[in-house]
Amino acid sequence: MAVVPPPSRRRRRRMDKVLEIINIPIDWLEERSGLVGGVKYFLFRKVPSDTNWFHTLGSATLTAFLVQLGTGVILAMYYKPHPDEAYESIRHITHDVTLGWLVRGMHRWGASVFIILLFLHMGRVFLFGAYKYPRELNWIVGVLILPLALLMGFTGYLLPWDQTAYWATVVGINLNGTGPIVGPFLAQFLRGGDEIGPNTLTIFYATHMLLLPGAILGLIGLHLYLVVRLGVSSPPWSDEAAGKERPEPEPSGEAGLVRPRARGRIAK
Amino acid sequence: MVIAGVIIAAVFGFLWARDVMGPERAPAAEPEPARVGAVPPGEEPLVERYPRNTFLELTTLGLGAVITGIVTVPVLGFAVLPAFTGKEHEGVDLGPLDKYPEGEWREATFLLDPTLGEVSRRTAFVRNNGLKDGLPSFTIISNRCVHLGCPAQAGGPREDENRETIKTEKAEVTLTPVQPAGFSCPCHGGAYDTEGNRIAGPPVRALDRFKYGIINGHLTLLQPYSVGKVDGEGANAQIKAYGLQGPGEHVDGIEAVFYPLQPQDVE
Repeated sequence: MAVVPPPSRRRRRRMDKVLEIINIPIDWLEERSGLVGGVKYFLFRKVPSDTNWFHTLGSATLTAFLVQLGTGVILAMYYKPHPDEAYESIRHITHDVTLGWLVRGMHRWGASVFIILLFLHMGRVFLFGAYKYPRELNWIVGVLILPLALLMGFTGYLLPWDQTAYWATVVGINLNGTGPIVGPFLAQFLRGGDEIGPNTLTIFYATHMLLLPGAILGLIGLHLYLVVRLGVSSPPWSDEAAGKERPEPEPSGEAGLVRPRARGRIAK
Repeated sequence: MVIAGVIIAAVFGFLWARDVMGPERAPAAEPEPARVGAVPPGEEPLVERYPRNTFLELTTLGLGAVITGIVTVPVLGFAVLPAFTGKEHEGVDLGPLDKYPEGEWREATFLLDPTLGEVSRRTAFVRNNGLKDGLPSFTIISNRCVHLGCPAQAGGPREDENRETIKTEKAEVTLTPVQPAGFSCPCHGGAYDTEGNRIAGPPVRALDRFKYGIINGHLTLLQPYSVGKVDGEGANAQIKAYGLQGPGEHVDGIEAVFYPLQPQDVE
């Protein structure tokens, strides 16, 4: 029978010291911000025991978006949104800048990956019935993200400023122009004038790298908040959730935001 | 503008004078006094809310709205309006008339606005129709396909070896002799005859044309316009002309009701 000798006192003291050094900054942060608890709450929340690989499509989509964000920021450091320089700057990124071909390739192919994952994630939510009560609002937020992501593709496609990009955008803008009544005005706004020109390129550039990513980030924040608040749904074949009684929603006693009290008077 | 200012001054001046001269209005109804004494037993008494609170609340909200408006409205205007206030191009000098032999087509490429550079390069098909009532007549057809805006091509022999570049005072035009049997678009297969009438494919009207003028013996390209249909040929063509519309938009027939207004109409 082997006897494990107890760690020497000196060794234990050293371990305590190391733990203390690690914990002091974490405790400092937690005491002042509650961030550590927040991250723990986010990461270690309960999920159904029978979730499967299809449930990872959402975070895969998020990862694809973050890759687009990171590579896009770096590409913006080398790209020049001017008709005379745009194509040349893309050529420069692809052929001259160290690893530029890789970052541009990641952004270019990652765009397709993002859209594909978006649709797979949407399909999973639809087929699992995960859009049903109480998650309808999260479905709506996701449906708002979808056209913004497609617009990212439309605006980003022009930026290489080669023949494919130019004529695809001419056709795309003119397609918008054929919409009844507002179509001609929408096309005029997208072109930034009567004809495709320098303004078109800068409008598409600013939309692609500022307006749309900001909007998508905001909606993703709301999407995740609702995921954490409402929890992950079980697959439809799950025994765990089937036939369970739902708790009645608690009536809120206090008059608050949703039931404002009469103006001008307060009940004491 | 002056008239509008006078009207506004008159109306508000009248309202102000009426307020000053008119009989004193009854003061705004006082809020009902709190019935502290008359509260039924078992119920908390209602305390009147101090009206200054309401005043301050409304003032804060109002000021916030005003400041937001002052900041937001010009920014939104700047985001949208510049696209709708572009000026028309000033006309492009296409070179002396003798570069356009009677009855022959030339494919002319030029910069619509040289200050914008290559991105404003456009192409038009030009044919000299000879004299009509003693005045030179030209057919100038835009190469912008009226389906979705791809470049329509001349279908027929093309003499690239006889290409010629003419430098004029403000512009530079490249002329290529072509002998089109019609025009066609590579994107979705739209096909047109030599007058620009649609003969096949998805386009919804005839090809756009350019107005033209003769200035100091030079053919000058002026504003483009849209065309519903062309009857007849060359100098005797009867053109159903409309204001310029985007590709894919109907100018005649029942579908034209979908495009009642164009951006240039509201400028």
